[in-house]
Order: sequence, then structure tokens, then C-alpha cells
Amino acid sequence: MIRFLLKGLLRDRSRSFFPILIVSAGVALTVILYSYFNGVEIDAIRNYAVFATGHVKAMSRAYAEQAELIPNDLALLGVDSLMQDLETNYPQVRWTGRIRFGGLLDIPDENNETRIQGPVTGLAVDLFSVDTPEIDFLGLHRSLVQGKLPQSPGEVLIAEEYAGQLGLSAGSRVTLVSATMNGSLALENFLIAGTVRFGMAAMDRSAMIADIGDIRLALDMEDAAGEILGFFSDEIYKDEDAMAIAAEFNQAAPTDDEFAPVMYALSEQSDLRGMLQQTDSVIGMINGVFIAVMAMVLWNAGLMGTIRRYGEIGVRLAMGENKGSVYRSLILEALMIGFVGSLLGTAIGLGFAYLLQSKGIDAAGMMKSSNVMMSNVLRARITAGSFFVGFLPGLLAILLGTGLSGLSVYKRQTSQLFKELEV
Amino acid sequence: MIISWQKEVTRRLLIFVEMALIGILAAKTELFAAYPDGTVLLQRVDQNSVAKTQVVEIKMIIHGRRSDRTLKSRSFIEGQERAFSEYTSPPREQGTKMLKLGDQLWTFDPRTDRTIQISGHLLRQSVMGSDLSYEDMMEDERLSDNYSATVAGSDTVEGRECWILELRGKHTDLAYPKSKIWVDKERYVALKGERFAKSGKLLKSMTAKRIDRLDGRWVATWILYKDELKTGGGTEFIIESAKYDIDIPEQVFSKASLRR
Repeated sequence: MIRFLLKGLLRDRSRSFFPILIVSAGVALTVILYSYFNGVEIDAIRNYAVFATGHVKAMSRAYAEQAELIPNDLALLGVDSLMQDLETNYPQVRWTGRIRFGGLLDIPDENNETRIQGPVTGLAVDLFSVDTPEIDFLGLHRSLVQGKLPQSPGEVLIAEEYAGQLGLSAGSRVTLVSATMNGSLALENFLIAGTVRFGMAAMDRSAMIADIGDIRLALDMEDAAGEILGFFSDEIYKDEDAMAIAAEFNQAAPTDDEFAPVMYALSEQSDLRGMLQQTDSVIGMINGVFIAVMAMVLWNAGLMGTIRRYGEIGVRLAMGENKGSVYRSLILEALMIGFVGSLLGTAIGLGFAYLLQSKGIDAAGMMKSSNVMMSNVLRARITAGSFFVGFLPGLLAILLGTGLSGLSVYKRQTSQLFKELEV
Repeated sequence: MIISWQKEVTRRLLIFVEMALIGILAAKTELFAAYPDGTVLLQRVDQNSVAKTQVVEIKMIIHGRRSDRTLKSRSFIEGQERAFSEYTSPPREQGTKMLKLGDQLWTFDPRTDRTIQISGHLLRQSVMGSDLSYEDMMEDERLSDNYSATVAGSDTVEGRECWILELRGKHTDLAYPKSKIWVDKERYVALKGERFAKSGKLLKSMTAKRIDRLDGRWVATWILYKDELKTGGGTEFIIESAKYDIDIPEQVFSKASLRR
């Protein structure tokens, strides 16, 4: 039966060519869009995790309430022992303390007086410990544009574009003007070891990366950290696991002390959950619209096909083939077309998605003033899902279209067949 | 008959309203007559607080959200234009110096050996984590230069009879366009103050906890300042010693003195 139908499809191209074309185009579009949104989502999650939220993040309750303001006066104290506890209780997570800070970068003239000042957004991380994961997390080696990574205390990295604006380069001396944990004016001299470009407007605008030890000294934050970030050892974010760790930690932490630590999973921070849900909704919507539109197009194509094959179906019915059998053969044909079309569409879609993955779309212009942790180059990401995402909608659309148009078979009256065939 | 009765009622009503108005006006005139002139009051306050020169040693106790800190400093002040301060404790702040010349402010940090000009949004930053900002420090002490005053009533603060003065900024660039002070009726010292944003939101408040007679003038020597937008317990500003109208060497008010 299948062989018979296959022969029919191959010999009568008008039966297969157009439907396969439509299914392929739709499936390819779905694969491309899915991979693109997937890429943007994975990129955003990764960037947020690395630069802002970790997979889980511990802060003091008071700090968490105003986290966007970077209130270092409310930072966690006794961080060394807290980190030891975290490492013992959650060995599947790598923990690292961080201090975010803001202020001015003051560049001196030859008289050691202010030549120029610029606002700076700082991130203090562990740069010098032997087993520090931060250099890999932040991708500092691949982001380095000039100079070298900090090798000793007092050395920092600053964003390449920012350095250009202030006329700085590797080897320049700068003074950080900020506020201590107690609110006093904090001044600290640094040597720029190198410049970096992260490819994210939010970081490249005015970022400074310093060692946490240096910043603790500068901001009078001994054994303190604004945030303790945790990353799963395999560096893959698992929302359920992260939520479970945060819930377990929070259950054990005191609730009546505003400076007691509190933990949040990545998806609970910075409205990321909303963003992830939005992306999932968009992908779901694309699939839904695709199925509906394709089904309508294929229904129409099927109707036209049935009209074209009016005589053939009539003869088959006149020869005694029952209506159910004719209908089933049409559905089986549709399944074969859908399979081939989906296969072809997936291959085409993957090809384009691969192009988008390797080349990306440069959205630097749109990201110029953005504070969202998204790369300037938006790339697609091919995942296991990319191979299947268009397949089922492709099959469903043609089945639905053929199923609806094929119903006309049941409307044929056997008594009228010979009269119709004479015509 | 009816018409003449109506006329009589209207006439009596008018007489009643007229008398009531005269009564209100009289009471109001008497009330205002009892209030002194706001501008004169403000000038009396300025006479008390402003000196040709001042050398003061100050202790600042900052009641933060987490802990309390005590800082000590010595300041040399000449009129409204020039001031030099050096922090003497705690060890982390020791040697930090500040110089105000007109509308410019510099700070020197011995740890970094850097002199930084405080300008722009840095002026709104807190001084050493206290409830006072650099902008507050830069403000002209002579209130009558910046504000016009009207007396809004009288009140009792810490058992002392006070005039309530409502101050309106004369210039548009003032940090606090509206202000309110409670002035001791006998000593002409502000015992309480509130400073408002243009919107009317209370930004800062101060309460004088102790008034002393220093060099022939009444001075608030223990003041609690409170930044109403912060959650801490305020900053106590205690004058430990003060000398007025003494000679201060010229070189004190130079940028070179920051590094000395």
C-alpha cells in the first residue's frame, strides 16, 4: 500500500511538490526562529548568571531589598565562614564572593591632580586565588584586548571602549573614587593591567574588574561581600535544582535578622523568570501560528487536489473501494509528504540556524544604552530541540489540512458517481 | 409690609457680617503685631552663628543602620568662603583633609596621596557616612543671604519658647528651597530645623541638644542631624572646643596645606 502511494506521489508531482514545499518552508522557519530565540535566551541566562545573578546568589536580606542600588553598607559580613558552610552543604555548587561597586574613575595629570573623571561600574571578583573559577566564568582571557590580566594586587582591568574615552591604556594609573561600607569617601589607586571587551553594552560602557581583596581594602569591607554567587559545577543552569538549594538554605537561615543571608535562584532575580516565560510563550506562539496557517494553506491545497483528483476518487469509489479506505490513503499520503517536508525543512532550517549561530546579528546599535546583560551580537543556538521542534508541527499541519479537505470524500453519493463520471 | 420686613432682616445681616469681618481683621492685625519681623530674626540668628574666623574641634557620632562610628576633626573657617578641615580619628580617616575655597571643594587622602576635587553628583554624597552631605558643608552659613523669612507662629522646643520661621530660597540653585527653623526667643539660636525639597518632601532635620555660651555668643554645641531619607539613627555633631575671631595663617587655606 505504502509502496503504491509512494509511486503515486513520485509520478504525480503536483500531488507532492507544492505540499512538500509549504511544509518545508514552514518547518525551516520554525527551526530558525526556535534556534534564534533559544540562542538569545541561552546567551541572556549565561550573561546574567556570570555577571549578575549566578545560578544561585546569597545576599543579606537588607541588601536584597535594594540590590539594584548596590547598597554595600548592607553587605554580608563573616563571608569566609559562610562560604565554608556553603561549600560543605552544597558541594555540587562552586561559590564565589563578589562586590559590585560604583563611583568615579579619576585620572591624574602630571601634578597628581584631577585631569578627567568618568563614572565607573565595578565588579570585584577573586582574581588571584590559585583555584579561582572567576577568570573562566567571566571569560577574561578571551575578552582581553590589550595588556595582560592582573597579576598582583592593585592591578585592574577596564573596558576597552571606556579606556578609549578616558584616554587610558594598559599601564595607566587611575584613582577609584567611591564610598566605603560606612559611607565615607573611598579613594584607591590602581594600575590598569589591561583592557577588555565583553561584547555587551551593559559591561563595555564603563566596567572595571578588580580583585575582591583590593576592593575590600578600598571600601573598608574586611571579610565582607555584597553577594556570594553559586554556579553548578557543570556550568549548566538547572532551575529546579537552583530553586531547591535556595529554598533549603532560606529555611535554615534566621528570618528576624535583616543582615542574615538569603538566597535566590537565577530565575527569581532581575525578572528573569518573566523573560524566560516570555521566550517560551513566543516559541509556543510561533508553533501555534505555524500549525494553524500551514493547516489552512494545506487544507486549501488538499481541496484543490481533491477537485483535481475528483475523477480518480470517483472511479475508486465506483470500483467498490469504500470511503474510509480512500480517506485513509489520503491521510497516509499526507503523512509521507509531511515526513519528507519536515525532514527537508529541518535540514534547511538547521543550515540557516547554523549560519546565525556562527555569524550572528549585530545589534550593537540597539544595545547602546541597554542595561540588559545581552550580547551585542545576537546568535542562534542549535540544541537538541532544534532537530525536533519543526517536525511535529509539520506533520500535524498537513494531517490537519488533508484531514479537513479529505472529508469531501464522504460527501460523494455512490448513486451519482456514474452520472458524474460520464460528465 | 412684607418688603420692609425683608429689608430689615437684610440690613441686620449685613451689619452682623460687617462686624464679624472687622473682628477677624482686628484679631489678625493684633496677631501679626505680636510677631517680630522674620528678616530681623534671621539676621539675629546669623549674628550668633557666623564669625569672622572660627577654629573648632568637632566630634561626629554617626548612628548607622548597623553600627555607630565616631570621627573627630579640626576645622579652620574664615567667613563664608574659606574652610579647612582635617580628620584626626579614627585611624582609617586620620589625615584626610578637606579644603573649601569659594564654591570649590577638594579632599586629600593620605593613603593614595591624591587630591580630588569634589564636584557634580559627588557633592550630594554623605560626608564620611554621616547624615550631612558635602553640599550641606558647602552651604553659606549666613541664612539671611539665601532665604527670606516669615514668622509662622511660636512653639516650645526642649522647654524653650521659640519663633517658627518659614524660609523661602532667594536663589534657584539652593539644595533646599524651603526650610523651617525654630528660633529661641531669647538666645536667637535655631533649636530645631527642617529642610525640604521643592516638592515639600522633608529631606533633613536637625535638633539642638545643647546650647552653650562661647566667646559671648550662644552656640548649639550638640546637634543631632538626620537625613530623613536614610534609615540610620542620625549623626550627632558635637563641638568639643571653639575659638572665634582669632587669626588663622593664610597658608592654611591653600591647596598646598592639604599635603602638609
